[in-house]
Amino acid sequence: MGKKFKKSINSAINNPVLTGALGKFSEAYRVNRAKAYEGIDFEELRQTIADRKAYAAAHLDELAETFKKNAEARGAKVFRADSAQEAIDYILKIASDNDVKSVVKSKSMASEEIHLNKHLEEIGVSVKETDLGEWIIQLAGQRPSHMVMPAIHMTKEEVSDLFSKEIHERLSSDIPRLVEVARNELREKFLEADMGITGGNIAVAETGSIVIVTNEGNARMTTILPKIHVALVGIEKFVEKFEDVVPILTALPRSATAQLLTSYVSVITGATPNTDGTMKDLHIVLMDNHRTEMAKDPKFAQALQCIRCGSCLNVCPIFRLVGGHVFGSTYTGGIGTILTAWFEELGNSEDIQGLCIQCGNCKEVCPGKLDIPEMILEIRRRLVVEKGQSLAQKAIFSIVNNRKMFHAMLRTASVTGKPFSKGGYIRHLPLFLSDLTEGRSLPAIAATPFRDEFKKIKQPASAEKIGFYSGCLIDFAYPEMGVALVKILNKAGYEVVYPQDQTCCGAPARYNGAYEVAANNAADNIKALLRDDVKYIVSACPTCTAALKYEFKSTFESLGQAEFIADAERLSAKTIDFSVLAKQLVDEGRLRLKKGQNPGVLTYHDSCHLKRTLKVSEEPREILRKAGYEINEMFECDMCCGMGGSYSIKLPEISRPILERKLTNIKNTGASLVAMDCPGCVMQIRGGLDQSGENIEVKHTLELIAALIED
Amino acid sequence: MFEKFKARAEGVGAEVYRFKTRTEALDFILSFLKTEGVSDSDKSYAVWSDSGFLKGDEKQSASEKLPGLKFEINRELAAGSLAGICEMSYALADTGSLVADQTSIGNRLVSTLPAIHIAVIGTDMILEDKTAVFRKIRPETSNYIAFITGPSRTADIERVLTIGVHGPKRLVIVFVDEMKG
Repeated sequence: MGKKFKKSINSAINNPVLTGALGKFSEAYRVNRAKAYEGIDFEELRQTIADRKAYAAAHLDELAETFKKNAEARGAKVFRADSAQEAIDYILKIASDNDVKSVVKSKSMASEEIHLNKHLEEIGVSVKETDLGEWIIQLAGQRPSHMVMPAIHMTKEEVSDLFSKEIHERLSSDIPRLVEVARNELREKFLEADMGITGGNIAVAETGSIVIVTNEGNARMTTILPKIHVALVGIEKFVEKFEDVVPILTALPRSATAQLLTSYVSVITGATPNTDGTMKDLHIVLMDNHRTEMAKDPKFAQALQCIRCGSCLNVCPIFRLVGGHVFGSTYTGGIGTILTAWFEELGNSEDIQGLCIQCGNCKEVCPGKLDIPEMILEIRRRLVVEKGQSLAQKAIFSIVNNRKMFHAMLRTASVTGKPFSKGGYIRHLPLFLSDLTEGRSLPAIAATPFRDEFKKIKQPASAEKIGFYSGCLIDFAYPEMGVALVKILNKAGYEVVYPQDQTCCGAPARYNGAYEVAANNAADNIKALLRDDVKYIVSACPTCTAALKYEFKSTFESLGQAEFIADAERLSAKTIDFSVLAKQLVDEGRLRLKKGQNPGVLTYHDSCHLKRTLKVSEEPREILRKAGYEINEMFECDMCCGMGGSYSIKLPEISRPILERKLTNIKNTGASLVAMDCPGCVMQIRGGLDQSGENIEVKHTLELIAALIED
Repeated sequence: MFEKFKARAEGVGAEVYRFKTRTEALDFILSFLKTEGVSDSDKSYAVWSDSGFLKGDEKQSASEKLPGLKFEINRELAAGSLAGICEMSYALADTGSLVADQTSIGNRLVSTLPAIHIAVIGTDMILEDKTAVFRKIRPETSNYIAFITGPSRTADIERVLTIGVHGPKRLVIVFVDEMKG
């Protein structure tokens, strides 16, 4: 990551106005969004949107022709711009042909994408942004920090300073007064403007209509008052039929600002009368700018299903810390990373793609059903293909690629790391884990890894067998979790098989774009885990479970390696996460929890991959309750803890505040115990609580259950 | 349906009134405008884009009762008006929205520029939702379909909800049960 980029992250994180405003907003957003969607089947709604938008994305050329024909039949002029330059040239020509001196603009991301204001100003046209937030940003000479709330990083005092300068009058920071100033100032601009420029939220092919959604009323003014109206519309805004507008209008305001509907929606079809009785000179610019290429890429076509609501930003644990400015481009957040890679160039996403921690929050709320985390991984993979791994990463992954060398190294580390360990924690882990201990302690590498510990366990023989996939953390840092798991399964009448040839699940390599290494890891594991005849392969690390269940196959597919796909599917069918298996065993009566126990109150942290990839959240709570625990839920129980594997090493400045937030939420419950189902989260949260000196125990659910089962 | 609409519309800051007859509604509108300070001077006019609500000599008598109330509309008058009055075609119960074909420039001006927008609508024009209204109004026959839901709003400064940025600061919805009466 570039120094300049790191610097911009640090200045954002240390800007209390930005992080305060975004933090408060994101907390309120979650609640308000849920309320706005009450009574609506969100899954059904977003499937409809995804289907309709996917259809449009697959028929862009056809829909553009239909749109052009229908809009022109109604008196509009439609121009198809393949590139940003063509769109700019066309709009500049309209301006100069009509002797346009002033332009009013309603918010348009497409116009920012091509830096239209700058080009218009260069030919002497005065351009006024009229969306309040955009106007503030324009006066400040800044960039928007949020797609829907461009000036969220500014205080009312800063706005008051800007407005005071603009109208040469000292203003107070009273917000209604500031809004009134904007109303009066911009009212004159609306009335005298020669041209109005808008974007378009939806373009309907079968009717040639554009749909514009706003709250302030500025789009109505922009489209009503000037005699020329230019609508600059990215071709991803197409839908085929007028009926397709309904689901998008149902989702867009709810997802963007938790409104049932914005104050204004205008459906404009062809030319309309001007105030002097003439007809509007309506130009619709349909801009491609790499969108067609994107539609043809099987991994990225889904990005055209985006309706630009910004909900992926609103739920992102990273975005609420850093805001939009660090992205350095027009589009920000998860979707912005993807659009920057396409609309600009892949290389421009190199730094910003690293901001994604892969928690999956955005994927859950996206009304267009975009798998943003998956697309960001694909960007990572392509960057590695194009630019290669960094030397340090190359060194790490060449080790992870070779199981014997990797495990030998971890064993060595358990010895060399020893002198530094203190109460189970060490200050400086050897190997690639160095320099990441600030703000949390890290576990010592176990003296005896689970793979050796396992051989010492005397299990009752059983005809029913379950294979155990430990993952590196349980194997080398928390072998006691593995021991607890064997105890539980033995009690349920199963014998545990531990294939010694199992290796890293490949998630670290995959999340760093090193797909070849991930594929080798997957192939090694498939061979090791399918060798024995077992009923299930159980894992107590949701990241590993997700890798075995879903990612092995997708890694092979990404690389076009068909050889192991059938085996990956077999392994996937057998793979089960510990919490799901445990609940099943309790339900079947094979696992009996002690009666009459009162172990106390705990709070539960949902791990990202368990909750959002494996869709498991109730099962661990249910067995913990059956074991006698009372659960006192924490605020944002399913928000990422900031671990994200190597993320916490690469971006400790972001990982740390996310962890601090999590620790505060844990402490606020008053519980003296926090349970979770991921050894990675245990490492992060236990380490954080250790450094902050809190006396709160951090346990994997299986450790708690193992202590409370009947003999 | 009316109660559902009223709750939704008031939830987003609209003011909702309901009258049995057209005459009662007209009386209300005129006295409302008077109370708000409509007069025959710039910035205090009221512009009414009538599409058949007023009958016979009602326009004339209304102007006599209320100096400053204008029925001929242009952008200067609309910009110099305190209030604008027009009919809306449909109300949507699920979002508290009003919908109309606003291809006519008069309807657009009076519902956009003045600080107060008074929307007149028959109580029997309340529909359930967007799907229902899209069966009634189509772009094939309407060049400018307008949805209006509450007054103009922003939260662009410190996320504080503030009413009345560029569009009307107040949306007053007047339902009439017997439009013909």
